[in-house]
Amino acid sequence: MRTESFVSFRNVQKSYDGEHLVVKNFNLEIEQGEFVTMLGPSGSGKTTCLMMLAGFETVTHGQICIDEKPVNDIAPQKRGIGMVFQNYALFPHMTIEENLAFPLRVRKLPRQDIEDRVRKSLDLVALGQFAKRMPAQLSGGQKQRVALARALIFEPRLVLMDEPLGALDKQLREQMQYEIKRLSKQLGITVVYVTHDQTEALTMSDRIAVFNDGIVQQLANPSDLYEKPQTAFVASFIGENNRLKGQIIERQERYCQVRVGEHLVKALAVNIHPVSSTTTLSIRPERVQIGARPGEYDNHMPARIEEIIYHGDHLRARLKLAGNDEFIVKMVNTAGHAAPQAGTCIDVGWSADDCRALDA
Amino acid sequence: MNNSYTVSPMLETVSETLPQGDLKSSLDRAERLNKTKSLLLVVPLLAFITVFFLLPIGAMLLRSIQNPTLSTAMPQTAAALANWEGTALPDEQLFATVGHEILALQEARQLDSVGSDLNRVMGDAKSLMARTARGLASKVVVPGAFNTTMTGIDKRWGQIGTWMQLKKMAPAYSATNYLAALDLRYDDQGKVVQQPESRRIYVSILIKTLMVALGITALCMILGYPLAYMLATLPAKTSNLLMVMVLLPFWTSLLVRTSAWMVILQSNGVLNSTLNSMGLINQPLELMYNMFGTVIAMTHILLPFMVLPMFSVMKSIDTTYTRAAHSMGASSFRTFVQIYFPLSLPGLSAGGILVFILATGYYITPALVGGRTGQVISNFIAYHMQTSLNWGLAAAIASILLMIVLVLYWIYDRVVGINNMKLG
Repeated sequence: MRTESFVSFRNVQKSYDGEHLVVKNFNLEIEQGEFVTMLGPSGSGKTTCLMMLAGFETVTHGQICIDEKPVNDIAPQKRGIGMVFQNYALFPHMTIEENLAFPLRVRKLPRQDIEDRVRKSLDLVALGQFAKRMPAQLSGGQKQRVALARALIFEPRLVLMDEPLGALDKQLREQMQYEIKRLSKQLGITVVYVTHDQTEALTMSDRIAVFNDGIVQQLANPSDLYEKPQTAFVASFIGENNRLKGQIIERQERYCQVRVGEHLVKALAVNIHPVSSTTTLSIRPERVQIGARPGEYDNHMPARIEEIIYHGDHLRARLKLAGNDEFIVKMVNTAGHAAPQAGTCIDVGWSADDCRALDA
Repeated sequence: MNNSYTVSPMLETVSETLPQGDLKSSLDRAERLNKTKSLLLVVPLLAFITVFFLLPIGAMLLRSIQNPTLSTAMPQTAAALANWEGTALPDEQLFATVGHEILALQEARQLDSVGSDLNRVMGDAKSLMARTARGLASKVVVPGAFNTTMTGIDKRWGQIGTWMQLKKMAPAYSATNYLAALDLRYDDQGKVVQQPESRRIYVSILIKTLMVALGITALCMILGYPLAYMLATLPAKTSNLLMVMVLLPFWTSLLVRTSAWMVILQSNGVLNSTLNSMGLINQPLELMYNMFGTVIAMTHILLPFMVLPMFSVMKSIDTTYTRAAHSMGASSFRTFVQIYFPLSLPGLSAGGILVFILATGYYITPALVGGRTGQVISNFIAYHMQTSLNWGLAAAIASILLMIVLVLYWIYDRVVGINNMKLG
């Protein structure tokens, strides 16, 4: 396994001040052509990991290898990694053409070759007519496409992207997400992508490493990350999530009994401590059924609707349940379906497989 | 959903009460109050600048083209000379006018000062006037014989050149001061020619001043650029401390700093005695009272003006630019030459033009440490203001300096673009 990986982080640690570790023991193997995202809140160490891979930050401990060659002591300009920055980093004193030609000139390609590749690259991102403009004359989305083209033009095998879409508005961002994904698959490049936006990570990545506090909480493909979060942090960071605090009463193979207030809940034992310690139950809002009949689901509980929030395609009900009044349930807005009213008391139910007992 | 109902009726009422045409005038009315307010805020400063800056400078510039001596002391002569053709010797009437007015000045005891004033342009005017006055006073001149009598007293009255020189000084406003400032003069035929070699001073001094200013600017750039780069890249804590050290001399009195340099540079000063005690030199080096001292002291004094704009520009250069260049494979040298340096150019040029303009007009430091060879044009302006009291010439030299700076500024604007300049 290890021999096949293209990029590998092995026991990597990083400290800026010699006292605190920003990155604590980071391990990651990336295969050729893979799109891997490092996802996490700001200050979680994800950008630091990217910068260490790019060579702009030194590695305090451990080893980073590209193509099985340790790169710890190789200068950034010798690593041959394409990079896209959040603020685009287009050189403001050069035209778009000159910006794109820069990495090729550095490589001393023949003039005709440079011209051809610049034109091809501009066509690739549909910006052919902007060749002679200055970066300041382009919109944010156009700048980002130029930055992308510039990072790809010298055909690097590895491209790093540091929150490249952070400065764009929502619609443009979604459009660019598809464009980046399409380009990366089309050109067969390996991408390491850093973002704090979970939807961005879910839609683009082959695998996602969720960072928190300098540690990778979970490394998995998008659907596993959403469906099977391993820690309470991942469950709450990826998608919406209801959390119920409880005490473990009994463990039954894959499942466990948890006391939440005065109720007993049957949950999937994912990441729990021994009996009688506390746990956090994680239930996705769309997996809770309103008006469930007793016996229909593993768990059945009375609740009171506190509020109905209208979201167009779906409704959200905020429930008071087992002493917790922030319990959200998602309902599809179907025609002819009478919306429940706030203030009514109802029964809710959910399956034990959708209720994951995680670390406290 | 609800919002759209509440907002749109209000928009309609607004557009009903305010038809398109009135929009502009109501905007003007609303803006006028603000404009008046902001104008009132700067009125004290405007008044101060007008009274204490614009008016005196205007008066000085006016003085540079004024030439009041002949037209006020000998008004009839001046008027008559204006009508004289200059092709042949003037007629008897002009001779008489000149003779009478010289005698009148002699009686009023003003001949001496008028003579000295005229001497500035026409080297031998004072002696000619004095001799003529003495001669005329000792004789009784028959009307109609002024021509022959005056020519008899001094044969210079019989030369057209003498009259031509007087004619050029007659108008109340003329370019004589500018000619003098550029080492030029009128010859006896009334043509503009260069001063004789021994009397040429200002052009070479002006060129020297500009060269020295250029040298100081270059020195400041060479010394300041790495310093500004270091300040801009160091962590804020260290760079703030170092910045204070850059600014500390900036806050100290100019005179104190110059005097400190005198203590260091003089022949038995700190530097010389240290070198001497180390056995490196036998005789004290001449570090002061020459151009070397002027350049050293001025470079030190003007350095902060170079560092500050460069620092603020470099501070604003995002590190991602250099990182991006590195990621594309550019070496550190190439990144500096093609990315960092062009981006830092606005600061470099702002500091450069600031230091250059300050250096061309610098006065105190060259006056104190410059000695004989380290003098610059401003020292000559001061000399004519304070010692020779030839304010017209001083004003003319100052105006020429101002024009040179403006022309250089214009060239700079054409080549680099003033919008590319960033002072902070």
